Amino acid sequence: MNVVRGKLLPPVLAIVFAALLCSIALLVSGGNPASALTAMVAQVGEGTTAVDIVNSASVYYLAGLAVAIGFQMNLFNIGVEGQYRVGAVVAAIVGGAISLPAGLHAAVIIVVAALAGAAYAAIPAILKVTRGVNEVIATIMLNAIAAGVVAFLISQDAFGVLRGNNIGTAEIAETGWVPGISFGSNGTVFGLVLLAAAVGVGYWVMMNRSRFGFELRASGESATAASAGGVNAKRMVLVAMLLSGAMAGLVTMPELLGRDHTYLITSPTGYGFTGIAVALLGRNHPGGVALGALLWAFLDKSALALDNVGVPKEIVTIMQGTIVLSVVVAYEIVRRLELAAEQRRVGRQNSGNGGAPGQPAGASAGGV
Amino acid sequence: MSSSAAPVAAGAGEAPPAVVLSGITKRFPGVVANSDVHLTVRHAEVHALCGENGAGKSTLMKILYGMQHPDEGTIEVNGAPVRFRSPTDAIRAGIGMVHQHFMLADNLTVLENVVLGAERLHGIGARARRRLVELAERTGMRVEPDALVERLGVADRQRVEILKVLYRGARIIILDEPTAVLVPQEVDELFDTLRGMREQGYTFLFISHKLDEVRAIADSVTVIRRGTTVGTADPKSVSSRQLAEMMVGSALPSPETRESTVTDQVVLRVEGLSLLAEDGSGRAVLDGIDLVVRSGEVLGIAGVEGNGQTELVETVMGMRHASSGRVWLTGRDGTTRELTNLTTLHRREAGIGYVPEDRHRHGLLLTQPLWLNRVLGHQTRPPVSRGQWLDLAGAKQDTRRIVEEFDVRTPGIDVAAAALSGGNQQKLVVGRELSADPALLIASHPTRGVDVGAQALIWDQIRAARAGGLAVLLISADLDELIGLSDTIKVMFRGRLVADADPASVTPEELGSAMTGATTDVPTGAHGGSTSDGPGTGSSTADSEVADSEGGERG
Repeated sequence: MNVVRGKLLPPVLAIVFAALLCSIALLVSGGNPASALTAMVAQVGEGTTAVDIVNSASVYYLAGLAVAIGFQMNLFNIGVEGQYRVGAVVAAIVGGAISLPAGLHAAVIIVVAALAGAAYAAIPAILKVTRGVNEVIATIMLNAIAAGVVAFLISQDAFGVLRGNNIGTAEIAETGWVPGISFGSNGTVFGLVLLAAAVGVGYWVMMNRSRFGFELRASGESATAASAGGVNAKRMVLVAMLLSGAMAGLVTMPELLGRDHTYLITSPTGYGFTGIAVALLGRNHPGGVALGALLWAFLDKSALALDNVGVPKEIVTIMQGTIVLSVVVAYEIVRRLELAAEQRRVGRQNSGNGGAPGQPAGASAGGV
Repeated sequence: MSSSAAPVAAGAGEAPPAVVLSGITKRFPGVVANSDVHLTVRHAEVHALCGENGAGKSTLMKILYGMQHPDEGTIEVNGAPVRFRSPTDAIRAGIGMVHQHFMLADNLTVLENVVLGAERLHGIGARARRRLVELAERTGMRVEPDALVERLGVADRQRVEILKVLYRGARIIILDEPTAVLVPQEVDELFDTLRGMREQGYTFLFISHKLDEVRAIADSVTVIRRGTTVGTADPKSVSSRQLAEMMVGSALPSPETRESTVTDQVVLRVEGLSLLAEDGSGRAVLDGIDLVVRSGEVLGIAGVEGNGQTELVETVMGMRHASSGRVWLTGRDGTTRELTNLTTLHRREAGIGYVPEDRHRHGLLLTQPLWLNRVLGHQTRPPVSRGQWLDLAGAKQDTRRIVEEFDVRTPGIDVAAAALSGGNQQKLVVGRELSADPALLIASHPTRGVDVGAQALIWDQIRAARAGGLAVLLISADLDELIGLSDTIKVMFRGRLVADADPASVTPEELGSAMTGATTDVPTGAHGGSTSDGPGTGSSTADSEVADSEGGERG
């Protein structure tokens, strides 16, 4: 009951609040909120939209988890954006260059992607641990550098291949593809959606059951208490950043191995930033991040329907922005209320057998 | 507790007292921060408020400054009762506060900093500048209105802070440990300024625990201990020694006829442990510490706060890295290991339990449930973990045991640690640290800020564990606790262990004089210089070279 109130209420409130704001924006601009919403929901049943949502969500989910692992210990890895792009392009180049049996080929590509992402995340991690450089600044800079690195690697001077009027890496042989789950005319779900799910489960187990996860959370909660408890802060920063980077490297794997088979100069960017929003929405909890990713993908894909009812689909961007803002505020409000309520509850129970707080313990504790 | 009113000097009777606090009580959940505090500050005097950290000075000042609201009691300013809802009200009543940590915008000029937030008074232009210059001239605080604050030294910044409150019309000024960040010459200058302003009718409340400074500047001094005022004295007629006793409590606990459990098995051996200050000045915060704690022994470290006790504990725990010296520990299994180069985790695994000085910063994960707090510091050992994995059932089971045995008042083990009162949090921490059967317990102020019942329980538990062969290194500012628990007492002063004492026979006077070092009876002079060794005190070794060390380490 408490769990429901603490964990589910804030995002629901935030979404309702964001929808309300968007409705007002729609009304002001002369649109009809009800018909817009109906159109968006109806769109899910149209064509390949439902499958597209799931596919996009798997990508957002991996990005969200990559960000969340940093958030768990108060590391703000904005660099997921750069890390996933470096991971993707390196994996695509390696995948296009090697030939291995089916299955193994794909596995190697996935591992290379994770390693490349981790390697790119190692730069800010080492800077932070050895020189105290703020990871936010370092990763923002590295995002810009990554854009240049990716453009260079895809160019014809390096590993790029010109196809039509688009440049991309050499196509990965069919042995490196991961087959999807076909729903006929409704589209094909990426096979690596399962990878995203597995990563989510692994993340939950690590956070809640492993010593490492405990140390990570302890460092995030209180660096001083963690250090007094024997947690090596620098090691935690390093490992958390590397793990975050490795997960970031996986972000485009569902698309790369399930659909594109090459990384193009025109491949989509911005998944890293979406990941930040999704991690915030899901409060770093693997289940929450999954819901956040699905919501985000729904808004993205259903927005197409808005044009049909004469509503600019940019309204969805407003909605996404307000949801993130309101969810952060709502979580904080609920957190404070919960703590106050818990303190009252503890206080009530204790005053029941001891009188006013402050003097109570004397009588009963004396006998222990 | 009844408190003595300030001795009224002849001729000071015309003006009503600047501030009268009577019967102030402030409770936080589970802790009484202030209890029946009485304080009378006469008009145009420098009134010192003395007490150890955590004695309740800052809460009291926050109440006077309107940042906290008293649960009981009344405040009078210049003879009229007042009720402050916020600092704005206090400022309006002519009260200003200079915080220990400066609150200035570095990238603004002096004038801009002073005017910031008080633009309504004299605008932001020529009028404001004239007012600032006039104030600076009248008080003798030379400042350059257009200098950038980031270019100013510490003493100048402090002047800006004082001018800020004067600009807002303060006539009663609270100075929170103003000398902590100053070097001796600057302290002298500050005191000259204060004396000059006192002549002009300003009243100062001067918070400090440096007794020589209090005696140099204050007209009267009120001592606060465990949240209540224990009395007001005339610093001209009272000795530093007597003040120290008032601060730490001179009432000896009734001598307990207890059997000594001390064995000859050495558990902790520290040799030549030194630590340099982190500011790179090369100053020693710990200077050649040698000590031995035996199985079944409580070794108490006495000392006025800030003389290296915190650093000693954190160095033994491996949270700070000693610049020289070695540490050995003999575990429960009888094997002796050198800890000098081990991490905090390995030291804990070797058999050290640690009750930190600040349980919120170092002891607990406040938003996490109690059972997860049980894991902290023990994450590599059963019953809370198995290899790389946590043992949730084991952790919960053992947390229930602690809650039971240590009488932690909580509805369950799933509540967040922050929801418990201070005393119950501390019982949880002590229970956790004793639970892995450590060979050594390092307890820093184990009962600070907890209620009497929790205090008794924690003492009992430590005594019981000692009887079972535990070695305890106890740091405390509370003489009652120190004398009541310890088998041996060592006195720490400016980074060195300067004296030994036998808790069975030592008098508070002897402890107090050793704790305040050699500079006990300096009549004037703001800082302990090497010229002023007090007669007959045993610790004149370390003062001259580290006279400014306490200030420097906060800077």
